[in-house]
Amino acid sequence: MTGRRVVITGIEVLAPGGVGVKSFWDLLSEGRTATRGITFFDPAPFRSRVAAEIDFLPEEHGFGPQEIRRLDRTAQFAVVAARGAVADSGLAIDELDPHRVGVTIGSAVGATMGLDQEYRVVSDGGRLDPVDHRYAVAHLYDYFVPSSVTAEVAWTVGAEGPSAMVSTGCTSGIDSIGYAADLIREGSADVVVAGSADAPISPITVACFDAIKATTPRLDDPDRASRPFDRSRNGFVLGEGAAVMVLEELGGARRRGAHIYAEIAGYATRSNAYHMTGLRPDGAEMAEAIRVALDEARINGTEVDYINAHGSGTKQNDRHETAAYKRSLGDHAYRTPVSSIKSMVGHSLGAIGSIEIAACALAMENNVVPPTANLHEHDPECDLDYVPLTARDRTVDTVLKVGSGFGGFQSAMVLARPERRAR
Amino acid sequence: MTATAVVTGLGVTAPNGLGLTDYWDATRAGRAGIAPVTRFDASTYPSRLAGEVPGFHAADHLPGRLLPQTDRMTRLALVAADWALADAEIDTAALPAFDMGVVTASSSGGFEFGEGELRKLWSLGGRHVSAYQSFAWFYAVNSGQISIRRGMKGPGGVVVSDQAGGLDALAQARRQIRKGTPLIVTGAVDAAVCSWGWVAQMAGGRMSTSDEPARAYLPFDAEARGHVAGEGGAILILEDAEAARSRGARVYGEFAGYAATIDPKPGSDREPGLRRAIETALADAGAVPADVDVVFADAAAVPELDRAEAAAITAVFGAGSVPVTAPKTMTGRLGSGAAPLDVTAALLAIRDGFIPPTVNVRPDPGYGLDLVGAGGRPAPVRTALVLARGHGGFNAAAVLRATN
Repeated sequence: MTGRRVVITGIEVLAPGGVGVKSFWDLLSEGRTATRGITFFDPAPFRSRVAAEIDFLPEEHGFGPQEIRRLDRTAQFAVVAARGAVADSGLAIDELDPHRVGVTIGSAVGATMGLDQEYRVVSDGGRLDPVDHRYAVAHLYDYFVPSSVTAEVAWTVGAEGPSAMVSTGCTSGIDSIGYAADLIREGSADVVVAGSADAPISPITVACFDAIKATTPRLDDPDRASRPFDRSRNGFVLGEGAAVMVLEELGGARRRGAHIYAEIAGYATRSNAYHMTGLRPDGAEMAEAIRVALDEARINGTEVDYINAHGSGTKQNDRHETAAYKRSLGDHAYRTPVSSIKSMVGHSLGAIGSIEIAACALAMENNVVPPTANLHEHDPECDLDYVPLTARDRTVDTVLKVGSGFGGFQSAMVLARPERRAR
Repeated sequence: MTATAVVTGLGVTAPNGLGLTDYWDATRAGRAGIAPVTRFDASTYPSRLAGEVPGFHAADHLPGRLLPQTDRMTRLALVAADWALADAEIDTAALPAFDMGVVTASSSGGFEFGEGELRKLWSLGGRHVSAYQSFAWFYAVNSGQISIRRGMKGPGGVVVSDQAGGLDALAQARRQIRKGTPLIVTGAVDAAVCSWGWVAQMAGGRMSTSDEPARAYLPFDAEARGHVAGEGGAILILEDAEAARSRGARVYGEFAGYAATIDPKPGSDREPGLRRAIETALADAGAVPADVDVVFADAAAVPELDRAEAAAITAVFGAGSVPVTAPKTMTGRLGSGAAPLDVTAALLAIRDGFIPPTVNVRPDPGYGLDLVGAGGRPAPVRTALVLARGHGGFNAAAVLRATN
């Protein structure tokens, strides 16, 4: 191994509840929720009618009319987040060799809003088959290949190094950061602008999750609809957003006197080889991912101060990961605060992993564990400390982040303070 | 020590041949699989030729329960993975599940499946959308389905960078091998030969509108007028060289070098990134340009892109000093599937000492390339370079090398 280490030096978040790290952290640390009845379209025909939407006007973020037409909302989110992350890092990115700067963006479903909308046009409301090419917009190919989002970010930050989209469903946001960290460790890049984005609140996405009853049908109380680990939970709440981070090689970051949020100390992903949407209750594969990530970090499970959960709020997920924590951390699982910010910002599919990693870095920054909102009565099978309702002051030096997704992907990442890991 | 990754199995679904043997026989002989679109009514569209995989009946190869939940690209990928594992003589049931992973690329996911569900949504209503839509169309579907079918619990992964993704997936597979997983199923199969997918691809503005199969896709030709799109690709078994040796596996070659770059923003006066990708991949392989016996070109058949690729090749190797070929003139461009198929052809070129042909092209001498024409070229091949580029400026280069 090269011995190269990777740290986060810049963060920007676009999450329901507000654009920017400050409004994001205020929401989390105050335990407020940003779920509401869907406003983007009339949700009346659908089973699930709540979502965590962002009030985002592209005009307010410097996009011109042509960019607004060309860029799907996912790409807009990614570009805004990338710009903000680079600014936050204080890195003079234009002075670097662009070939040493890479970009990885994760996304589960890419430009799905754009595709849904354009399909509706070329098919004239679903009536034409084959569809009419004369009504296709010129940038439809950008929606067809979601990697266009990564290209837009690379152009925005002036990167010319290794660049890709990582698309492993709901673990995309963790896997994208993991991929980026590997690029720096192996020496392929010195800086990677890495994160994830998704804007899936469109009729086709809502309909497809309706069809498998994965999203909550709760209609009465939209701001309390996302209830991870609670006995009354009955599905996730679809969200949207992006988080992008500047990852740097530790030595370079220290030489320029960068503010270091956290080190990406370990990462692993494993597959359950079981079912595209189902989970085995024992959590064995997620536990294995956790074990390998801790091993790569050379951190003992008992050092974990906080677990940022996948915590989607489906019946099977929350039990699955509870089992995985016990399996990988033993008794320490019972002593470790676990929380799901999806209770507040919903589940933005590929985006949420990076948003949650940003939350982990901010938890370390503030020594505050964000809560699990709406958790009033534990599921008896979910018997860990899920930090209900209110944030908790706690020294947070080492964080475990996990994710689980369709396709069977199980990912784990360990964040730590680099000065506490001198080797 | 950094582990060496070798290819021990190949599974192919290509427009000019279903299965490795059919594909390679056709490719050696210069037989193309480009013909008028049959999978949907393309008669009203400007582009009406495609590379469709011939004679593929999913029900002959896969259990019936998988059919309603999978797009064509996933069915092709599952079968290609089965064939690659069989070719490598891997008994997945006998290996520890965590020692096997799956890393694939996708350009556009299960687009045909998605088209059907969008049609139901907008013509009949949301309640008619399939329960399988949530996972049949997303980009991760092939990795997920292969891992489930073959019981592989090791690292999973999915890389999306349009055509370049096919090489990025192989590189990510090598990374996972270097991190300690001995076997990764990798590569890519793409398919979007459906009305909605066709319209999306035509919108990219790079598709040929010719109706003559032999004149439609002419990279590095003065008459280049865009490409023909196709479906298919290749799934490969990448193994840790030690693990492969200890089980006595037949080895096609080493995945020896790789690099990726992205071009500067359009309109920039900076050089595109392909040359840099080639140089970095060669350095990664510990190779110099003189070691390279053949280059498998990306072959966009768009004059501006052909110029950029020829400039990168001649900048590294000198004008006319390395054989260049584009067997994808026989298949069309297959999204992420194209580069793993080229890697397959490169490994077979190493095995057989034969560079497969570029068909139909009258090379424009202005490009300064030694393009291997009709008939192919017998030549010893120890080291091959495969290039792939994706929409948005993605560049990837991979070096394959003989191990004997």
